[in-house]
Amino acid sequence: MTPPVTTLAPEEAVQKLKYYQKGTFTVGNRLVAEEQRTVQASQARSNALTCGHRACQGCGEALGARYAIDAAMRATNNNLIAVNATGCLEVFTTPYPESSWQLPWLHSLFGNAAAVATGVAAAMRVKKRPEVRVIAQGGDGGTTDIGFQCLSGMFERNDDVLYICYDNEGYMNTGVQRSSATPPTARTATTPVLGPEPGNVFGTGKSVPKIAVAHNIPYVATATVADLHDLERKVIKAMSIHGARYIQINVPCPLGWGSASHDTIRLARLAVECGLYPIFEAEHGKVTQVRKIRRKVPVQDYLKLQRRFAHLFKGGHEDPRIARLQAICDANIAEYGLVDVTGRDG
Amino acid sequence: MEHPFAITLDAGTSLINHTGSWRTLRPEYVHRLPPCNHACPAGEDIQGWLAYAESGDYEAAWRALTENNPLPAVMGRVCYHPCETACNRAVLDSSVGINSVERFLGDLAIKNGWRFAAPPAATGKKVLVVGAGPSGLSAAYHLARLGHGVTIQEAGPAPGGMMRFGIPKYRLPRDVLDAEVRRIEELGVVFNYNAKVANIAEAMAAGGFDAAFLAVGAHIAKRAYIPAGEAAKVLDAVAVLRSMEGEDKPLLGRKVVIYGGGNTALDVARTAKRLGAEEAVIVYRRTRDRMPAHDFEVEEAIEEGVMMKWLSTIRNVEAGSITVEKMALDDKGFPQPTGEFETLQADSVVLALGQDVDLSLLQGVPGLEVRDGVVQVGPNMMTGVAGIFAGGDMVPSERTVTVAVGHGKKAARHIDAWLRGGTYAPAPKHEIAAADKLNTWYYGEAPKTLRPILETARRTSTFEEVVQGLDEGNALYEARRCLSCGNCFECDNCYGVCPDNAVIKLGPGMGFEFNLDYCKGCGICAQECPCGAIQMIPEAI
Repeated sequence: MTPPVTTLAPEEAVQKLKYYQKGTFTVGNRLVAEEQRTVQASQARSNALTCGHRACQGCGEALGARYAIDAAMRATNNNLIAVNATGCLEVFTTPYPESSWQLPWLHSLFGNAAAVATGVAAAMRVKKRPEVRVIAQGGDGGTTDIGFQCLSGMFERNDDVLYICYDNEGYMNTGVQRSSATPPTARTATTPVLGPEPGNVFGTGKSVPKIAVAHNIPYVATATVADLHDLERKVIKAMSIHGARYIQINVPCPLGWGSASHDTIRLARLAVECGLYPIFEAEHGKVTQVRKIRRKVPVQDYLKLQRRFAHLFKGGHEDPRIARLQAICDANIAEYGLVDVTGRDG
Repeated sequence: MEHPFAITLDAGTSLINHTGSWRTLRPEYVHRLPPCNHACPAGEDIQGWLAYAESGDYEAAWRALTENNPLPAVMGRVCYHPCETACNRAVLDSSVGINSVERFLGDLAIKNGWRFAAPPAATGKKVLVVGAGPSGLSAAYHLARLGHGVTIQEAGPAPGGMMRFGIPKYRLPRDVLDAEVRRIEELGVVFNYNAKVANIAEAMAAGGFDAAFLAVGAHIAKRAYIPAGEAAKVLDAVAVLRSMEGEDKPLLGRKVVIYGGGNTALDVARTAKRLGAEEAVIVYRRTRDRMPAHDFEVEEAIEEGVMMKWLSTIRNVEAGSITVEKMALDDKGFPQPTGEFETLQADSVVLALGQDVDLSLLQGVPGLEVRDGVVQVGPNMMTGVAGIFAGGDMVPSERTVTVAVGHGKKAARHIDAWLRGGTYAPAPKHEIAAADKLNTWYYGEAPKTLRPILETARRTSTFEEVVQGLDEGNALYEARRCLSCGNCFECDNCYGVCPDNAVIKLGPGMGFEFNLDYCKGCGICAQECPCGAIQMIPEAI
């Protein structure tokens, strides 16, 4: 039995409340004031992406989209329009004639979400509705491959749009094909487990967050469904800035990754903790903050939970290419300074 | 309805899709038994009262605690806290300082004068409790709260039993004990001191009692035959510790030898140091790791200058000296004599070889079974005689204050049921919330707050309390280190992590519900629940 809440306002508390003692990383915490909890902890969250959508069990993208849009809804006092690229997110939320979205929402083509959002932002400007803000969103396919030209144009013109990419590392609803965000060695329908080096090859793909930083736009960040506090802070910060902004959220896909539906957040966490998915933010072309690794793990801990990497462990011995994946992690850790001596709480 | 060009259907919401039909596993909120609660000999709901303490509601915490144990300030000093040994937080950093918080709550209750709620209407039944030690006090408390009339007959001049006549003041100040006993007295329990019960059957008949609870403790020191010269000074530990309560302190001399390896031996050695002995030497026939005494007590004694003579037995005591024989452990771990002897200076020798129960009050009661010097009781704490129950050190058990308190509570519940003509069946226990049921990612690093220890120089010369209490700030900190194993603490994780928005938050203090119309059974909520309060169960398909 949990007793009824007696919330201690920080100034009333006998000692300065140390948030980390219990529930540091949880969604809410009954011991802290309402405004210190996440948007998701609130009964008043907008549930911009509501029940009844047709995403798979344990979908990381459905989760990431609700996290991000609910935070943006709060930050803009619900004055928000979303433009969606084609992809899982559009297909599972809005099969004609029904929709799970509880905000103005537009869908045009696979490749032009950034351009359509630019148009919506321009329309709001012309209509003198400065309070109405615009988000464009899509998967990694619609962002890093098909929509890339429109995205780069939006960055380059510094249009007043926040573009959110939900990165599940492949084209999932069309049958799990490789995208330019698919990691090396991963099995997809187009990078099968065949030949001397099965799965996706090394030396391909691109980092759109880095490319976004290179556009010198006001704000770029990566985030993960495994750290809600960090994700919401970044979305809210992004909504406080005008101009082109980009956030890329790592969203595990149980279907395409071949993982258990209950492991979605666990996998997102391991991706960060092994160093494969660095979480950082950058302003005007400079990296300003990184999320430190809290409990460092070898990359194997992350790979082993996914069937798309099962061939790396086939027959009980480890594929030597695991060492090359670990090297990518180590390079990220060195590049962004993800590990320091005192750790996150230090 | 007129539709625009190329539109044939009305717009609708996805809420019409009841995606719950996809589910093969269903999440369910459960309660699991926290390991601390499971380990507590007094049956406290530790996690329950810590939850109140965490929100700063100390009075509610104290009231929840005293539902099971009326002596928190005593417990917070003398309990060997098996709860902390069992605590899951140890896998993260170190166990929660439950004992410290318990003491803080007990002391705060005394300071603020909190009293127990008045008992309900009297049942008209009378219960005789023999012995005002921890077990008797606990039974009296619970029986009084169930509406029964309770009289305690105590052989000694004051309440507390071994808590007063065995445990030294530097571990348990007497004003603390007195305050907690007074609160039980305020419930209407009648205390008669210097009132030894000579015959239980006669005492029950004379007082018109409907039932009796025997808790006379174990106050007779065990003796061992050791050849001793005429002028040799050989005392027993029980007598030494008891005399510390009187006006005449025991005369132990400058060099004191204590024979035995239990907590009592350490109590005597540390008391001797405080009385001014230059040397206090514990002679024990085995090694430190085989000592029955608790390790922290050995540690504190050594810090205070108590010396240890391992693998030795006393062969002979003379005035001013003793002869010890060195022992060696055989392959079964038993000490065997070596034939090597050594002489030690000793002004006195104190035997701390364990205690026996004075069973004289049971003489002539048919049906009572005594085996190995202790009274045999059933699972309901009743002896072979209907209506006579027993607990504490006089029944087979581990002899600690906390076990005794637990016996008192258990016996009280069975006595109550027996008086009402029924039987008491405890609620079935939940599955234990073992460490593998937790997701410890969500708990931050927060090392344990150690209670300040009196500086050594000061504590060897005075009887001031060695271990000091926490203050309000660090007690709150310590309480908040609790992981709430197996029981929801409303962290909102399930509500947040559901990709299908299928968890309903009912509001503060009311928990959550699953919306099974939309729950697809992915299991993320169960996986990401920090405290293991959700389980996935297969759907009947």
